[in-house]
Amino acid sequence: MQDTLAHLKRGERGIITDVSSPNIPLKLLEMGCLPGNLVELLQVAPFQDPMYLNINGSHLAIRKETASLILIEKVAHE
Amino acid sequence: MSKQINVALIGNPNTGKTSVFNALTGLNQKVGNYPGITVEKKEGICKLARGVKAHIIDLPGTYSLNASSLDENVVIELLLNKNDKDFPDIAVVVTDVENLKRNLLLFTQIKDLEIPTVLVINMADRMSYKGISLDIDYLEKKLNTKIALISTRKNEGIDTLKQLISNYKEVSVTPCIDTTQIDTEYFGNLKKAFPNQLLYKLWLVITQDVNFGKTDRNEIDAVANFKTKSKGDLKRLQQKETIKRYQFINNALDKGQTVDLSQAKDLRIKLDRILTHKVWGYAIFGIILLTIFQAIYDWSSIPMDFIDSAFASFSEWTKNMLPQGAFTNLLAEGIIPGLGGIVIFIPQIAFLFLFIAVLEESGYMSRVVFLMDRIMRRFGLSGKSVVPLISGTACAIPAIMATRNIESWKERLITILVTPFTTCSARLPVYLIIIALVIPEGRILGLSYQALTLMLLYLIGFGTAILSAYILNKILKIKSKTFFVIEMPNYKLPLFKNVALTVIEKTKSFIFGAGKIILAISIILWFLASYGPGEQFNNAEDIVKTEYASENLSFEALQQKIASHKLEHSFIGIAGHAIEPTIRPLGYDWKIGIAIVSSFAAREVFVGTLATIYSVGSDEEETIKNRMAGEVNPILGGPLFTFASGISLLLFYAFAMQCMSTLAIVKKETNSWKWPILQLVIMTAFAYIVALIAFQFLK
Repeated sequence: MQDTLAHLKRGERGIITDVSSPNIPLKLLEMGCLPGNLVELLQVAPFQDPMYLNINGSHLAIRKETASLILIEKVAHE
Repeated sequence: MSKQINVALIGNPNTGKTSVFNALTGLNQKVGNYPGITVEKKEGICKLARGVKAHIIDLPGTYSLNASSLDENVVIELLLNKNDKDFPDIAVVVTDVENLKRNLLLFTQIKDLEIPTVLVINMADRMSYKGISLDIDYLEKKLNTKIALISTRKNEGIDTLKQLISNYKEVSVTPCIDTTQIDTEYFGNLKKAFPNQLLYKLWLVITQDVNFGKTDRNEIDAVANFKTKSKGDLKRLQQKETIKRYQFINNALDKGQTVDLSQAKDLRIKLDRILTHKVWGYAIFGIILLTIFQAIYDWSSIPMDFIDSAFASFSEWTKNMLPQGAFTNLLAEGIIPGLGGIVIFIPQIAFLFLFIAVLEESGYMSRVVFLMDRIMRRFGLSGKSVVPLISGTACAIPAIMATRNIESWKERLITILVTPFTTCSARLPVYLIIIALVIPEGRILGLSYQALTLMLLYLIGFGTAILSAYILNKILKIKSKTFFVIEMPNYKLPLFKNVALTVIEKTKSFIFGAGKIILAISIILWFLASYGPGEQFNNAEDIVKTEYASENLSFEALQQKIASHKLEHSFIGIAGHAIEPTIRPLGYDWKIGIAIVSSFAAREVFVGTLATIYSVGSDEEETIKNRMAGEVNPILGGPLFTFASGISLLLFYAFAMQCMSTLAIVKKETNSWKWPILQLVIMTAFAYIVALIAFQFLK
């Protein structure tokens, strides 16, 4: 099964591969959540929700249910 | 030529747009509402060179022209309506140098509307700190615009911006993106159907509900081809459009911006590690709340005591200096105490707005949203409900307006419905005076009992809000999706000027808004208390004299008896007695009854009303508090304000829905009378029951 943003652990990074789910708000795409962009999980609230991310240089927080719609490919930490 | 240049300030939230606005206009600004809606409209005048003036509108912050809230809609409505009197001659897009890439998205959209657009890159003072360097000439060429590099913190670059505004006619209107490129087939057809229209403008009209030029919209609806596109198809196109825009931006920034990460120092990471920590984050939030309440109660008591006694002496002075008569009495017993009832709360309200402004400006508020979202969701609220609930401690009206950025309608409705339970600044006067009367002085762990009681009342307010949210969440059957996205802005030291302007603006609007009502009610009450029908009132002097003829009363004591006899048989006394049976079980007398009834216009009227009622007929110079402490319970004897009746009154005010303006705002925001009426009935009934139980239990 493919990884989603919700699978990231704190400090891990990934490359966004797909955001075509209709339940991803347009606003999120406009803030830089687009295929090919790098995303890093900076911090999580208790119960891993919401998730505080750095997407393409933008710092934002989204709920886990939205995060689980965004497909990614994990990137090994340098 | 006296024409002003119309300037629209546009930008993402957290870009320091308001700082730029403040720097341009200084104190030459006013805050109003857009007609018909409650979105705040900030406008101001900026003097440019050679006597030319610019009329500047600070539009609500938005991430894009694809509006997802009422506030954002204001921006697009204005930019699409060429006939609007505020339609900009020039758009100034404000961006934050640290988030240039994302901020530029909005810039490209506005430019594609073919409006002359200049770019402000704000917070330039942070560039070296972040290792960012910009090639302005290159960027100007690539983005086809003029750029002003600004630091509002250091007051640099504002003159450059003024210059750019003066020369608005020279600004390029070339679009950034060729809209047809997004989807050649779809946009090609659209272009054929409407050869005279701007393609991007049409696209915006198709994808969202804007009311501009109704004819245009009807025409578009008429063309079956464009209707057949499903929502999903439209969204796919929007996604394509966004990608195209980022390609354009990346292309410009690739060479125009260099970031040397080795130079970047990031305080954000360190601060976030603590402030959003699973334990420390909540602990710090708790401490901040505690500090706020301590400040509101303790620190502001000094100016408040001063104001209280100053008004008492002023009223006394007026009485002695002016010739006796109805007018002097109105002034000394109606208007001055009424005004005092407003002025006295300035210190506290200013403190509260100060804290809220600092929390917002510093970027901390977003961290609170992040920390609280999961917890709040359990109660059917959103993390974003925290902001309304905290602003609700200032006033429920802006708080209810602040719910607009909650994406889910159900979460938003619940937030609107429960926000009036939070302790607004109008309840504060009531709480403070009653706490001072019935809670003993003394301290525990450096916190006074009185401050702790106040804190407890705030907690009760929050607690009730959250519990009712939980119940509403179970009852309301509304399906809605959550689209929770929140930006976590960088931490900033709040700018003194911004904070000061917010505090002044909000305090002013409280004083003038609430003040008018309080003053009017004070005057009406004075009349009602000073005149009465029938024998009992008109012949009060004779009646009292006969009654006490046998007792050898001093002149003062006799006058006192006459005055209270008069008050009891005045119009207000009669009304008060009429409602007394309903409120006696709560421990109140008819005077408190009057104060409660008049409080339904606005809660803060309570103290002013009591001040007016008690000062009618009283000769001595006394503060409101002393007069209330001296009141005697007509039935039980002993002081009227006891621990039991005081607590009962506190709880009544904590829960009752006594604010016309809030009801009006709820009607506006929910677009139905159902919700405000339910609020009024349920909250007030609940307040009555709780106050009843409290008094009967404690007495």
